[in-house]
Order: sequence, then C-alpha cells, then structure tokens
Amino acid sequence: MFQFIFRRLSLVIPTFIGITLLTFTLIRLIPGDPIDVMAGERGVSPERHAELSAQLGFDKPLYIQYFRYVTGVLQGDLGNSLVTKESVMSEFLTLFPATIELATCAALFAILIGLPAGILAAVKRGTVIDHSVMTFSLTGYSMPIFWWALLLMLVFSVNLGWTPVSGRIDVTYWIEDVTGFMLIDTFLSDEEGAFTSAVSHLILPSIVLGTIPMAVIARMTRSSMLEVLNEDYIRTARAKGIAPWRVIVIHALRNALIPVITVIGLQVGILLSGAILTETVFAWPGVGKWLIESIGRRDYPVVQGGILIVACIIIFVNLLVDITYGIINPRIRHSR
Amino acid sequence: MKKGLTALSLALITAGAISTTSVQAATTLVYCSEGSPEGFNASLYTSGTTFDASSKNMFNRLLEFKLGTTETEPGLAENYDVSSDGLEYTFHLRKGVKFHSTKDFKPTRDFNADDVIFSFDRQGNKNNPYHMVSGGSYEYYTAMGMDTLVKEIVKIDDYTVKFVLNQPEAPFVANMAMDFASIFSKEQADALMKAGTPEKLDSDPVGTGPFQKVQYRKDSLIRYTAFEDYWKGKAKIDRLVFSITPDASVRYAKLKAGECDVMPYPNPADLKQMAADPNINLLSQEGLNVGYLAFNTQKKPFDDVRVRQALSLATDKSAIIDTVFQGAGKEAKNPIPPTMWSYNNDVVDYPYDPVKAKKLLAEAGYPDGFTTNIWAMPVQRPYNPNARRMAEVMQEDWSKIGVKAEIVSYEWGEYLDRSKKGEHDTVLLGWTGDNGDPDNFLYVLLGCEGLGGSNRAQWCNEEFNNLLLGAKLTADKAERTKLYEESQVVFKREAPWITIAHSVVYEPIRKEVKGYKVDPLGGHFFYNVSK
Repeated sequence: MFQFIFRRLSLVIPTFIGITLLTFTLIRLIPGDPIDVMAGERGVSPERHAELSAQLGFDKPLYIQYFRYVTGVLQGDLGNSLVTKESVMSEFLTLFPATIELATCAALFAILIGLPAGILAAVKRGTVIDHSVMTFSLTGYSMPIFWWALLLMLVFSVNLGWTPVSGRIDVTYWIEDVTGFMLIDTFLSDEEGAFTSAVSHLILPSIVLGTIPMAVIARMTRSSMLEVLNEDYIRTARAKGIAPWRVIVIHALRNALIPVITVIGLQVGILLSGAILTETVFAWPGVGKWLIESIGRRDYPVVQGGILIVACIIIFVNLLVDITYGIINPRIRHSR
Repeated sequence: MKKGLTALSLALITAGAISTTSVQAATTLVYCSEGSPEGFNASLYTSGTTFDASSKNMFNRLLEFKLGTTETEPGLAENYDVSSDGLEYTFHLRKGVKFHSTKDFKPTRDFNADDVIFSFDRQGNKNNPYHMVSGGSYEYYTAMGMDTLVKEIVKIDDYTVKFVLNQPEAPFVANMAMDFASIFSKEQADALMKAGTPEKLDSDPVGTGPFQKVQYRKDSLIRYTAFEDYWKGKAKIDRLVFSITPDASVRYAKLKAGECDVMPYPNPADLKQMAADPNINLLSQEGLNVGYLAFNTQKKPFDDVRVRQALSLATDKSAIIDTVFQGAGKEAKNPIPPTMWSYNNDVVDYPYDPVKAKKLLAEAGYPDGFTTNIWAMPVQRPYNPNARRMAEVMQEDWSKIGVKAEIVSYEWGEYLDRSKKGEHDTVLLGWTGDNGDPDNFLYVLLGCEGLGGSNRAQWCNEEFNNLLLGAKLTADKAERTKLYEESQVVFKREAPWITIAHSVVYEPIRKEVKGYKVDPLGGHFFYNVSK
C-alpha cells in the first residue's frame, strides 16, 4: 500500500513543475500590463511606469523572473499581491475555509441526494421513477448556475423570506475569527442564534453549487448499478434467496461504487478549487472569486500562487481517490 | 493536516474566551458595497471602493467637500490663508481632535501639525522611513502633480502648517480635500515602526473620522463602530457594516429583503421597479463625469476641423441616451458636467443634422465619406454603461453620411495603452472627476501636457491651452470661472471630442434610512445617516 502511495506521489513532481511553468507563462501571455490596469483611465507616465516595473521586478528577463518565483515557492514564499500587498498565502488562508465549508456542504448535498436517486432509478429501471430521476438530473446538469441561483434567491429569499439572500452570516452577529469556518466559529461562540444563521446562509449556495455534481453522481450511479445488476453473481445471489436490499446494497453497490467514486473525487476537486459563479452570486468570500478578480487585475503573484495551491489540492484529492479505490477494491491495489 | 488540528484544538481552548457583544439595542446600518477594498490607506490606491471603506468614513482631511457639492469646507483645518503671490498656503489646525484606538495602539495625544506633515511627507519624500512601506507608490499624489508642486511643508507651531509651492496652482486647495490627503496619526506610525510592523499602518490605521474599523473579512464584510469622541459629535448610528456584494442584482435582492439599507450602482434595468417599490427611496444625482468620443486629431482626416464637426452633427445623442443609458444619462455639450462650477450653459451644441453634416464633409473633400474605426471600451463604466452598443449606434449614424466605421475593442489594459499612444482613429472613453475642480477635467484631458497620455484626442490647441494655464495661476475664483467658460467655447468650436453624456448616479436606499445624501464626487458617507 505504501509503495502504491509512494509511486503516485513521485508523479507529483513533474506535474508541479508543469503547473508553475504554465501559470507563469499563461498569465503573462494575456495582453495587458498590471501597472496599466492598476492606473486605469488616469494612466501613468512612462518614467513612473519604468520605476514601478523595476520595483516589482518586471524589468528583468522572464527566465530570471521565473527562477525567482520558483525559488520563492520552494522556500514556501508565494510572493505578495500586487494590489493589496498582502502575502498570497495569508490571503488564501483567510478565504479557503469559506470555500471548504461551502464545498463540503455542496458535496454532501450532491452525494446524499444523487447516490440514492441513482440507485433507485437503476432498481426501478424503466418505471416512472427512473424516468423522472433521469429527467431531473438532466435538467440539473444543464442548469445555468447564475440563473438557477438568482431564481432560488428570488423565490426563497425575497418572496418567501425563508433563507437569507447572501453572505455567510447575519450582519448583526459579530463573530470573532477563530478557525475561519463559520459553522465552527458560531458553534463555539455564545451568541444565541448565530449557528442557525450560519446554517441558513449555507442552504441556498450549497444547493446551487451541488446541483450539477448531484446530477452527475445520480447518472453515474444509475448506469454503473445497471451494469452490475446484470452480472451473473447478482442473479445467483438473488436465486439463493438473499433479501433484495442486501443484494442491492452489499453485493451490487460495492462494485458499482468504483466509477462513482472517481466522479465524486473529480467533482470535489472542482468544488474545492472555488465555485466562481456561486461565490459571486452569494457574495461568498472564497478562493474562486479571488482568483478570477486577480486575473482581471493581472495580479501575477496571486494568480500564480493561487492556482498552484489549488492544483496541489486537486492532486491531493485525486491521490485520496486512488487510495480509496485500493481500499474498496483490493484488485486495484495489487495489480499496480 | 497537523496545522489544521492545532488550529482546531486552539479554537476549542479559546472557545470560552471569545468575546461577543449583544447587539440588539444598537442601530446598525448595512451598506452593500460592491467589492473588497484594496487596503485601508487611501493614498496608496485610486478606486472608489477603497475610498468608501477607508478615507470617506474613517478619516478626515484639512479641508472637506461639503456633502452634496463639489465645494470645499473646513475639516481638520479651521481656515487657511494664501500669500499674495499664491505660493504659500498656511493652514490653522483644529484643536482637541482625537484619533481612534485599536487593540495594539492607544493614542496619548490629540491631532496636531506633526500628523499633517507625516501624512504628506510619507508620500512626497523618498527618504521618509515610511515612503517605501507597502510598495511606495502614491498614484494620486503623483497624478495630481503634488510631487512637483510642493516645495516644502513647514511646521510653524503645533497647530499651524505652511505649504510652500513651486508655482501658483489654484486647484491645490481642492486637492487638500481629496482622499489621498487623509491625515494619519504620526504617533501610531512611530509605534508601529518601533514594533517592526510598519505595514500595519496601511491595514489597520487609526483616523480621526466618524467611524472606526473593528473587523475586516476579505470579500465578506467590514465592521465599524461609531467613534464616541468624534470632533463633530458621535454619528447617529452605532454600527456600520459594509456587506460586500459584487453582483448588482443580488444587492437589489438584499435591499428588498431588508438585508441592506443602502446600495450603490444598481442595474439600469432595475431602476423602474425600484422607483415603484414603496419600501425603497431611489435617490439620484448627475454624476461628476463625462463620456466622450475622442477623434485622433493628429491623423487624417480628423486633423480637419470640418470633418470633426461633420461627425458631431451626424451623431444622434438622444438615441444613445435612450438605448445605452436607458434614460440614466443626460446629453453632454461641454467636457465638464453641469454640477461643476464654471460650466458654460451658453455653449450651443451641434444639433443632429445629417444633411448639414454631409455638406461639411463634402467641403472637406470627402463627398463620399471615408472608412475609419470606433474603439469601444471592453468594460462598463458609469459614464458609459455599454460602449459596444454605443459604438453600434454611432456606426449606424455615421453610415448615413457615408462614413464606414469598424468597431474595434481590446482588453482593458491594452485598450488604455494603445489609445494613449494614439493608435485609434476615434476612441470611446470617459472621465470621473477627482476633486471637483474644472482643471481636473479640462487640463488633464485636453491640455497639451497630456499628449501621448490622458489626452486621447492628441489635441493641442494653443488658444485653449493658454486659457487653462491662466486659470491655474490665479486664485481668484471669478477670474478662473471666466477663463474656463471661454475655454469651453473654443473647445466646442474645435470639436476634438463628441461630448456624449453625463451619467445620472442612482442610489436606492431603504425607506427607513434618513439623512443620506448622494455625493457628486462618487463617495458614500454615513456620518449624517440615521435609521
């Protein structure tokens, strides 16, 4: 098992170099110079421009800039934002808990609804239940996030007043930053109602963000289950008189889960890298919005550093997925 | 992972110690701001978002803009004298003004001349120990020409400061009320320097303004409390919260649901519904801005004034106001907005007259028109909510007199850079005023000094330029007004731009909010507001 993990890890190094090189070059390939973008309509004089680029190190040849960047990264220094002058790492750490919180809730929503719906559709294949699950998941999959978010917001927040419109907590609660996770912070605080407020703020964004992953999981589970349910050993199990639910949950589901876990892993990776649209609509202070804004501002250190961290997280999640395969299906562990 | 565990256990240990305050009795005003501030030191930045969060509500300046106007009034200086040669401005400072305090810093003395000198010296003096902190770039200080204008700043006594200038420059007074001129505490700066954390002055500063910052969570919210010892008296609200909400439709939804009290920058499409909502007061005022199309006067055929006039005649501005601004704009005839002093209302604009336009074009030697381009900005601005659409309307208008225009656009930074260099034939752009002084529009955008820079028409007219230079030299406002009025006549005759529109700024607020005023300079102030 350790050898397996080690082998997977050794692949990370070239990926890592590739990512630094790609982000470094790509952001510089986009036309538009950070100093001009900062100055806007007002503009800066050529002398001031030269002075500023010297100060930021942009006057050096690209390979030197890249070398400096990589040396920094190896020493754990991702540089400072050109706009806020804050260190990229500390900005990331203040925003990431919000992203994790939302991603976790969205993933839970997606799995808790998607998995049973997929199983149900497979078991009741060809019935009204199957058709409606598939129609719903197809609709969910093709839902434009922005529109879906605004629709839910208008119905549940503005018209019915059941959930708050946006943000992480009602502004009347003054919660100290302890962990950065609002659910934990409010739970620890002694303010009455703060935890409920934090939960209610999570509902709509989690549903919106979880809709597409839910649809994907439901469809994947259904097709994977159908395949397994047609296998001979299932027929044998049924013929032996094992209770139907045992056949489905214990015999079929375990084998059907492998591709589903792959999909869940991919989706969680995407969720953790920040949900740009959902974060923008719900004014959710996460990393996705931060990265997009930084690209617009040509904030090179933030784009480079932010994408690098996000990539590492995705690599990590994929590694976890691979290990999970190994646990669920011993054949995978041994064959590699 | 280990780090995460430590953080969690730390959280559990400190759980008992978390201080939270009951808020039921306090009045809280929620402002749904459009973005995160870049920092809390306004002299380092140029965006209105940052100014709202810092200078407007946390700080004071020697002079302030009288709320709702572009005129200045006494702030931390009770008054000032100007020497007869216009080179020396002596400010007499207010006594008994207190600074805020933070967790790490408690002021031991009142505001005085040292704070004024520090706040400006940091920006202008490269040897000031704070100059290079947070990057050492003071864009507004430089952009307003303060680096070349100010010769020295002299402390006469604890409550008198003298600014000595290199040449007489009347707009200087207006600069003193700008955000970059906010006064910091030298005492705090010294303490932070001693502690080895000077950069904290820019993220966690104390000011003398009506609100003090308590907490900032990036992209989420900023919390302030009213400053008890504010020199004008404590604000009427107890707490102020900026709830950062980047999307305009969501801001509106929050306003409707009562989660915000004031919101900036509504979608033009929502205005009708807002006006009809009984829970919302829709405030409006003409903004201190202008949207224009600049001809590149150094390129053929736009070096010929007749061509410029012909295209001015061929453009139907009322159609632009309807389709692009959806009514939230006013036709512009001068390069400065009507809310600004010295606006010349006697100037007659070019009417929409394609027949006359065609005739003028023929006179200029282009009876069949010509081909050209219109550059359209890729971004949305108050002075131009949809440049692409605007360019399409103009393209259509111009085609009626035979001028075939191709619409061109670049990424924003690229757009600004290329148009500065004059690569365009005609370019759509605009300007939002900084200090309410006409010089800040006319000289910056059309003066000869701006060639290859902010003067996108690449237009240098001696007659016009001399009038502006004259107005810089005299401190007499009546005299200056006369010169600026004259310059607007020259401008219209020479037509280096088609002046298109001044936008109308709308600010919806909840019905229960009282005393809120729209600032023509684009800021958002909450001192006078009650709920």
